[in-house]
Amino acid sequence: MTMRTRRKDRHSWRKLESALVSGLTFCSAIIVIAPLALVFFHVVKSGIGAVNLDFFTKLPKPVGTPGGGMANAIVGTLELLALASVIGIPVGVLGGVYLAEYGTARVNWVLRFIADVLNGVPSIIWGVVVYGLVVLRFKSFSAYAGGLALGLIMVPLILRTTEEVILLVPASYREAALALGIARWKTIAHIVVKTASRGIITGILLALARVGGETAPLLFTAFGNRFWNHDLREPIAALPLQIFTYAISPYDDWHRQAWAGALILVTGVFCVNVLVRIFTRVRAMPV
Amino acid sequence: MTKAQLLLRERSVRERMTPPSRFGDEAFKWLTLTMALAVVLLIVLIGWQLARGSSLAIQKFGFSFLITSTWDPVAEQFGALPFIYGTAVSSLIALLIAVPLSIATAVYLTELAPLWIRQPIISLVEMLAAIPSVILGLWGIFVMIPWLRDYPFPFLKRILGWTPIFTGPIYGPSMLAGGIIIAVMIVPIITSVSREILRSVPDLQREAAYALGATRWEVTRIAVLSYAGKGLFGAVILGLGRALGETMAVTMVIGNTPQIAASLFKPGYTLASVIANEFTEATTDMYLQALFEIGLVLFGVTILVNLIAQLLLKTIARGASPRAVQ
Repeated sequence: MTMRTRRKDRHSWRKLESALVSGLTFCSAIIVIAPLALVFFHVVKSGIGAVNLDFFTKLPKPVGTPGGGMANAIVGTLELLALASVIGIPVGVLGGVYLAEYGTARVNWVLRFIADVLNGVPSIIWGVVVYGLVVLRFKSFSAYAGGLALGLIMVPLILRTTEEVILLVPASYREAALALGIARWKTIAHIVVKTASRGIITGILLALARVGGETAPLLFTAFGNRFWNHDLREPIAALPLQIFTYAISPYDDWHRQAWAGALILVTGVFCVNVLVRIFTRVRAMPV
Repeated sequence: MTKAQLLLRERSVRERMTPPSRFGDEAFKWLTLTMALAVVLLIVLIGWQLARGSSLAIQKFGFSFLITSTWDPVAEQFGALPFIYGTAVSSLIALLIAVPLSIATAVYLTELAPLWIRQPIISLVEMLAAIPSVILGLWGIFVMIPWLRDYPFPFLKRILGWTPIFTGPIYGPSMLAGGIIIAVMIVPIITSVSREILRSVPDLQREAAYALGATRWEVTRIAVLSYAGKGLFGAVILGLGRALGETMAVTMVIGNTPQIAASLFKPGYTLASVIANEFTEATTDMYLQALFEIGLVLFGVTILVNLIAQLLLKTIARGASPRAVQ
């Protein structure tokens, strides 16, 4: 074999190797997204049959009685999200404003670092902490406790996305406002935050979608409730909690309801995610 | 213009000339600072609450809590070893499955894939991250476990049955099932962080390798992966942090039996699941204290792992930019 053909062989092997690796990594990507497709398929297939008007309007029925719905859990989740927003949004947004507008490089590095570590705290830990803080003190599981747990989880999430989008506002906007003699805080509140508001809202919606599906922090704070909640100082139902209770129960009827609940929850979470992605492009997971 | 009008006008001009009050600025700055400091407060708050809630258990059991394997609420004997073991093993299985897949996917998405296919796959991976844990658990119970029990588990037993880790009866809910579901949960975060890391590798690296006649894969291997090693390690550690704290999906498929068994077909229990399952059933004070201590252990480990991960990732981010400019 001449030198030239050998080199050619080697070259074609290298090209083949490159193609092989491309193929292998492509297969990995397919395996990675396969669970998404499978979960979605099964949730739709098993859930669609049990979703009907009753599901949205009726309370859960006792074991053995067919029918019933999860109206209280759906409303409960919305109530919990509203409570969580009261804590998570102001703290997260204003904290993010500080990082983007005032903090020195070193302080920001530390705060950002702590926020990112905080994002890694298991959500069940938040449940334990809020149990100690609220439930033990007031001697009752409550909607307030559940809302607090979810709100605290939202804080570092919103803080990081808010900071990121505020940093995208061009410095010339601030300079123009300050040159007109507008006070700094008014500049920030009316011009910078307003310019970044779309991104901030995106961050808030993603955080809500994330905590809306959380179960662990609600297990011993909101606790769940088979009836309507009339007092936020009392236990309240939540969709993820209800799904969990029904999923680990031994009854077929409840399993069907669990799938239906899953379908509603997944639809909600996906809708928020898809809408947000259509309107803006913000990283879903701050690192 | 009358004199009175002139006077009035002068006054309003003078009023406008006085420097604006600094109060609003200061107040706003302090308000935002307080909110930003909330993150520091929260981390201290968690540590303090967990330590306070478990002080009696810490006094009573001391260090032996971590190395005892008895968990007997009736006799008030509590040891966390089976849970520590379960958390460690299930997370290890998850990493073994998730790391190669995630990094390969990240490489595909940043280096090898045709441009048009990248964004759809990235979006799908982000959607996977958005699936609530409890729904993955539901799917795990009713779809994944029956399938694992019928096909892959007997297959593993037939081929690797001679090893101690794939022996014994196959129940379905097991350490292996727990590890697999955790893998599904941590794949998105490892993939997206790895992708960020790979994207931050300067194009000069790639161009230099291409100029030497390297193929696409050779460029990736020589110029990109070796450059990004530390950052990818950070991504893996971050994934480990998430794996350790994963609660709902694992609780639903791992079997919840506090035991230390070599076989991965046997059920296990993790730190997070024991809190989820037994917290509301804790009838005695010492039982609750022990569960708080489990929480403290879990918090300590995840904080440590996340600290390491963030340090690896942040030093990368700072180190990479100046070199890219050169």
